[in-house]
Amino acid sequence: MASLIRARGLIKRFGDFTAVDGIDVDVRRGEAFGFLGPNGAGKSSTMRMIGCVSPPSGGVLEILGLDPVRDGPAIRAKLGVCPQLDNLDIELTVRENLTTYARFFGIARKVARRRADELLEFVQLTERADSKVEPLSGGMKRRLTIARALVNEPEIVLLDEPTTGLDPQARHLVWERLFRLKQQGVTLVLTTHYMDEAEQLCDRLVVMDGGRIAAEGSPRELIERYSTREVVELRFNAESQEPYASKLEGVGERLEVLPDRVLLYVADGDEAVAEVHRRSLSPASVLVRRSSLEDVFLRLTGRTLVE
Amino acid sequence: MVTRLLVSSGMGRRSVSVTERNVATLRSAYWIVMVSGFLEPVLYLFSIGVGVGGLIGDITLPGGEVVGYAAFVAPAMLAASAMTGALSETTFNFFGKMKFMRLYEGILATPVRPIEIALGELLWAMVRGALYSAAFLVIMVVLDLTTWPRALAMFPATILVGFAFGALGMTVSTLIRSWQDFDLIASGQFALFLFSGTFVPLAAYPAVLRWLVEITPLYRSVHLIRALSTGTAGWPQLLDVLYLLALLTVGLTIAGRRMSRLLCK
Repeated sequence: MASLIRARGLIKRFGDFTAVDGIDVDVRRGEAFGFLGPNGAGKSSTMRMIGCVSPPSGGVLEILGLDPVRDGPAIRAKLGVCPQLDNLDIELTVRENLTTYARFFGIARKVARRRADELLEFVQLTERADSKVEPLSGGMKRRLTIARALVNEPEIVLLDEPTTGLDPQARHLVWERLFRLKQQGVTLVLTTHYMDEAEQLCDRLVVMDGGRIAAEGSPRELIERYSTREVVELRFNAESQEPYASKLEGVGERLEVLPDRVLLYVADGDEAVAEVHRRSLSPASVLVRRSSLEDVFLRLTGRTLVE
Repeated sequence: MVTRLLVSSGMGRRSVSVTERNVATLRSAYWIVMVSGFLEPVLYLFSIGVGVGGLIGDITLPGGEVVGYAAFVAPAMLAASAMTGALSETTFNFFGKMKFMRLYEGILATPVRPIEIALGELLWAMVRGALYSAAFLVIMVVLDLTTWPRALAMFPATILVGFAFGALGMTVSTLIRSWQDFDLIASGQFALFLFSGTFVPLAAYPAVLRWLVEITPLYRSVHLIRALSTGTAGWPQLLDVLYLLALLTVGLTIAGRRMSRLLCK
């Protein structure tokens, strides 16, 4: 099946700085596709190019089979965009934010009003319909921005860091709504630097770092390919964790020393912990957990996602 | 031709949708801004035109016609208010929406293009300016400073003045770096207001300054509207119209381009 979004060697430069350095991407209909990476990895620049508000500096980019530079308005008519920073209209009410936005797509007033009511219901803001935007909480604003991105019944929804800056409860509410959208068959493209978000929402993702794609696959595939089944986190009461590296040699397939802890990559966590104790090491805390995308990222780049 | 192009490409509709957004904001406190815009020229008319005018007496126009001072000043106030209304909407408000409300970022994620935002905002500035002008023209007729037929001729002229200054203001907005730059705009605007043949005939300026005054946009506007108001319009006014049309076209083109460059990086 043809890709909804197809990029080949896509490049974005700002002066001397190369934000996106030749990436290949294919997003298929109905999937939730993620760009995972730390701040400055080039995710937002990529999103802006896909959103047709930032012309590529090089390479090929096709969205819905069209050229973003030539056919910008036609493509944007079929996109829903939820930007990283809320840019809701503070001079309008919650409902007017949706109805006015619908007019930019040429949607008839009557249809716009009906759709606004349905979407407010969907993002659970019906009770705040006539409120101004300013007093809404961060989570409510984000949900309203998502509702606004859906007002034109888009084929692709672009979400740039959809839950950054939200408290855990608000995040879960947003995730739950996005999951519902996915079930309805809407194609989602999102960026995130939260591995749990990527794991929860994405069918497939690329790991980005320094403007390049470091790896691609489903969360499970990536974890299987780049990490072990389990991870043991050890914290030692010491100035530095570094000296313990040699003492832990051979316990797992691999180990990573972080400033505050040592990570052991192993097939069996409990077995590894037993081995640590056999070597008469006594860490202050021990945690056995499943591998996550965080570990994949660490493996690929040698750095953690959220510093 | 142009109209058909606007309609067929959806450009007209998309521009109007931007104007509609501003109409929707009227339900907020924004109307206060609009009332103040109407009061300013009226206050000038009464204080200077009628008040100071009582001390000055009559003025002789270049063509030899003699009019009362209030009738001389009123069309200039009308032109100046068209300028002020258009500039406040396209500089202060436009800049705020672009830089601080991030309003246009949201709009640009839809099929609406930068030039269409510019057109839509300009159209809005004109709707606002047209309301001011209409109200002021009624006052002029009631005070017997002009006649109804002449007022009807002046109305479209004020719209043209507004469009031209609106396009100019928008271009200036895309060049503004911070709020401090607005002080510069305000000074420039006030200088235009005082020295564009508004309060004294052009003949009163020193000869060397006259040509400078003559090329300013407000002078051309005052020149056009005053001639219509006093029933002395002729070929020289065609030059004013062409001047303002050129300002409109150039301003809008530059503004659209600069907006693309600022917002679509």
